[in-house]
Amino acid sequence: MKALRITFLTLVMLLLYAPIIVMIFFSFNSANSTSIFEGFSLRWYENLFLYGGDLLLALRNTLVLAVLSSVIATILGTVTAVGIMKLRKKWVKNTVMSVTNIPMMNPEVVTGISMMLMFIFIGRMLNVANSVNFFTILIAHITFSLPYVILNVLPKLKQTDEHLTEAAMDLGCSPFKAFFKAVLPSITPGIIVGFIMAFTMSLDDFVISYFTNGTYQTLPLLIYSMTRKPMKPDVYALESIMFLIILVLMILLNVVQSDDNKLKGGRRKK
Amino acid sequence: MKQRGGSVVLNAPYLLWAALFIIIPLIFVGYYAFTTADGGFTFSNIVTFFTSETYMVVFWRSIVYAIWATVICLIIAYPFAYCMTKLNLSAQKLMMLFVMLPMLMNLIVRTYSWQQILERNGLLNKLLEVLGFEPVIFLGNSAVIIFGMVYNYLPFMILPIYSVMSKVDHSLLEASSDLGCNAFSTVRRVIFPMSLPGVLSGITMVFVPCVSTFYISRQFSDGNIKMIGDVIEDKFYKSSVPDYNIGATISLVLMVIIFISLAVVNRFSDGDDLDGGGIVL
Amino acid sequence: MKKIICVSIAVLLIVSLFVMTTFGSSNTAVTNLRGTYTKDLAGTTLNVFNWGEYVSDGSEGSLDVIGAFEKLTGINVNYTTYESNEAMYAKLKSGSVGYDIVIPSDYMIHRMRNEGMLKELDYSKISNYDLIDSNYKGAYFDPEDKYTVPYSVGMVGLIYNTKVVTETPTSWNLMWDERYKNQILTFNNSRDAFAIAQFALGIDVNTTNKSDWDRAYEKLMQQNPLLQGRVMDEVFNKMEAGNAAIAPYYAGDFLTMKEVNDDLAFIYPEEGTNIFIDSICVPSSTQNYDAAMMFINFLLEPEVALANAEYICYASPNTAVIENDDYSLKGDPYLYPENLNDMNVQYYYDLDNETRVYFESLWEKVIIN
Repeated sequence: MKALRITFLTLVMLLLYAPIIVMIFFSFNSANSTSIFEGFSLRWYENLFLYGGDLLLALRNTLVLAVLSSVIATILGTVTAVGIMKLRKKWVKNTVMSVTNIPMMNPEVVTGISMMLMFIFIGRMLNVANSVNFFTILIAHITFSLPYVILNVLPKLKQTDEHLTEAAMDLGCSPFKAFFKAVLPSITPGIIVGFIMAFTMSLDDFVISYFTNGTYQTLPLLIYSMTRKPMKPDVYALESIMFLIILVLMILLNVVQSDDNKLKGGRRKK
Repeated sequence: MKQRGGSVVLNAPYLLWAALFIIIPLIFVGYYAFTTADGGFTFSNIVTFFTSETYMVVFWRSIVYAIWATVICLIIAYPFAYCMTKLNLSAQKLMMLFVMLPMLMNLIVRTYSWQQILERNGLLNKLLEVLGFEPVIFLGNSAVIIFGMVYNYLPFMILPIYSVMSKVDHSLLEASSDLGCNAFSTVRRVIFPMSLPGVLSGITMVFVPCVSTFYISRQFSDGNIKMIGDVIEDKFYKSSVPDYNIGATISLVLMVIIFISLAVVNRFSDGDDLDGGGIVL
Repeated sequence: MKKIICVSIAVLLIVSLFVMTTFGSSNTAVTNLRGTYTKDLAGTTLNVFNWGEYVSDGSEGSLDVIGAFEKLTGINVNYTTYESNEAMYAKLKSGSVGYDIVIPSDYMIHRMRNEGMLKELDYSKISNYDLIDSNYKGAYFDPEDKYTVPYSVGMVGLIYNTKVVTETPTSWNLMWDERYKNQILTFNNSRDAFAIAQFALGIDVNTTNKSDWDRAYEKLMQQNPLLQGRVMDEVFNKMEAGNAAIAPYYAGDFLTMKEVNDDLAFIYPEEGTNIFIDSICVPSSTQNYDAAMMFINFLLEPEVALANAEYICYASPNTAVIENDDYSLKGDPYLYPENLNDMNVQYYYDLDNETRVYFESLWEKVIIN
């Protein structure tokens, strides 16, 4: 029975990783092809690191956007989560939560075009030439990242003792200081998870960026525009590196979380 | 009193943001759907959409494919999540991570890679040849689109089901076997009812992106089969006569269908869904 | 403690990603400039919108055209790419995005010009314009040479795998040959797919007669059951790996494919074929006109044009390239066919809106079956 379970798990994981394995394999192709493997070489990695080029520029754009949008979303999302916890009326709380769920539940295409239509409309109304620009794609990324932050911070806030703030304030802290001293440490893991999710979601978002980017081109958009000419293996090389980095990021995230759980366990024993 | 003020200050920025960038854009979709290119009010876009044979074919096709993909995801994900809960705790954590990881890779590159695997002379057929089988034509049909969607969205089904299942108390399972249930009826009577919220949240998390997908359908079908997402993309970026109004109309219909189906699903799952978000860790 | 270490490693990783993007130094050295370039506009931004992979990007030591221009003039080039003429048009037409340089194909230039979306060029600032082959001047979409400077030229032909197609084909009808069922590819865009049917039937590709479009539509419907797929860049993998045997695509791209798969061959069908010119234009909404002129002049520099021609692999309209002995594709029979004047080569024209709507609706029916 156990062997059967392990086999099943392995098969599904193989399905999930098949294209990634192929991608990494072909990134070492010596030929300029993603279909015929002629021999092992570091040609495309060298090309990437020796000569730089479009891909790295687009990656930089992607990273700037991902960092900015995830930082802003994390701050705004955390503040909001704290605010939602303070809401007492059930219906107000439910409404806020429903609105929060819209970007997660709405198809990405619809989210993308809804924003595009609004930006274009406003641009025409105000007669602005660049109404879709870096800020519109930033706004779009913050908007779809926010729910992930809020929904990761909220459960941590719920676990936090409500009287913690009051106790801190009784001891002479200002509400502001009370939050930073008493509440923030206990919700930090949630914030970190929310931040990393927002960061990675932004990193490989294609659909929403496609409709809101203006003249700001991220890596997925650059790759998508390669339609008359083929994608070269250097794209695979770059994506393989990204895979490695995201893998390490996720493992670190995992450690942060499990560390956190252990801590909680310890506290309970006391 | 002071607290009330605090909650307003804390909630105001987000509410403003949500109004500006979530609610108002959706109103614009409605606006474009009910206007002509010149801005006059009209129902003709809706009428065009529902009376056009080609749009209707694509529309129903999208819904049918999405249902298939959702069902197959459920069939794979449910036992997968169950098997995961049988691993030891640190292995479970690691599995979670590895289930999520592929989702974080570039969609276009992953799809490109699948095409290489599934091509006529692709890697899978080469493997079949070595094993002594006849080559199979994988790409280009509706089944492979559904496969592509299952591949892409399977993690969205696994994660919520797993997160609910992992919370099922082990003493409950022991109690059920003490009361004479065999393994199968334990699953049926104890685990399944308890995992239902996860299943429902998984269904919505898979169905929604599937029904609105573009690119995946085009690439896996060799450009032979379009889904409604592709038509929307065409209307905005591909057609030589771009038509935002029809594009917005299709989006609006899609959105309404999805919100109706969400409402239906939500009727089955009650309770506090503050933690219900599927891929929240 | 462990947590702090983890978080700092994570931050370090993200920082190292940033550092990675600064890696590499491409070749930005251009010597022997014909034009004069000043640093007067240093610090301004030039928004360039071009086809994907359509400028020499410095890979494997080639010239990094954009980097070289930035170095020379101090102008920041914001270079972005599009996947089709229509996508470019939609973005520009929405009025929400401002560009200073776009490089569309002929029929799209025709359309943009008719719709007043282009600005006249100041040829006195484009001193290298004299390098353009006179054959490519005064094209139908710009008869008085006011709006465009040709950038790249290509022709569609029929690529086939000699292991499957053993005879030498001469006609587009190969794409309707039942023997090659499921081995045939075609373009995944309306205009190119229709054009092949129109050439096969001997119809003008620029017809505005609806019954002509209907006939082409019927022809495409006959082709549907024989097709393996409708592709754009996927054609490379499919033909290189022998997954498909017959595909229409551009001559220059055939050369790229043949490097990987030597079984491939190429013909220009006897019925005629489509020729396109991608030309550099300046949208009327430009914010940096002078920098745009400088950039156009730079693209015409012999060294720059040569690097681009080698990279893009399509025919160049620049005499400094065509006649250059260092040009690896000089006189290539596929890119520069000698009997070009005897061939029936047709440009796409922009069609009136009624025809556009009509053939797009037919196209929707062709692909949604």
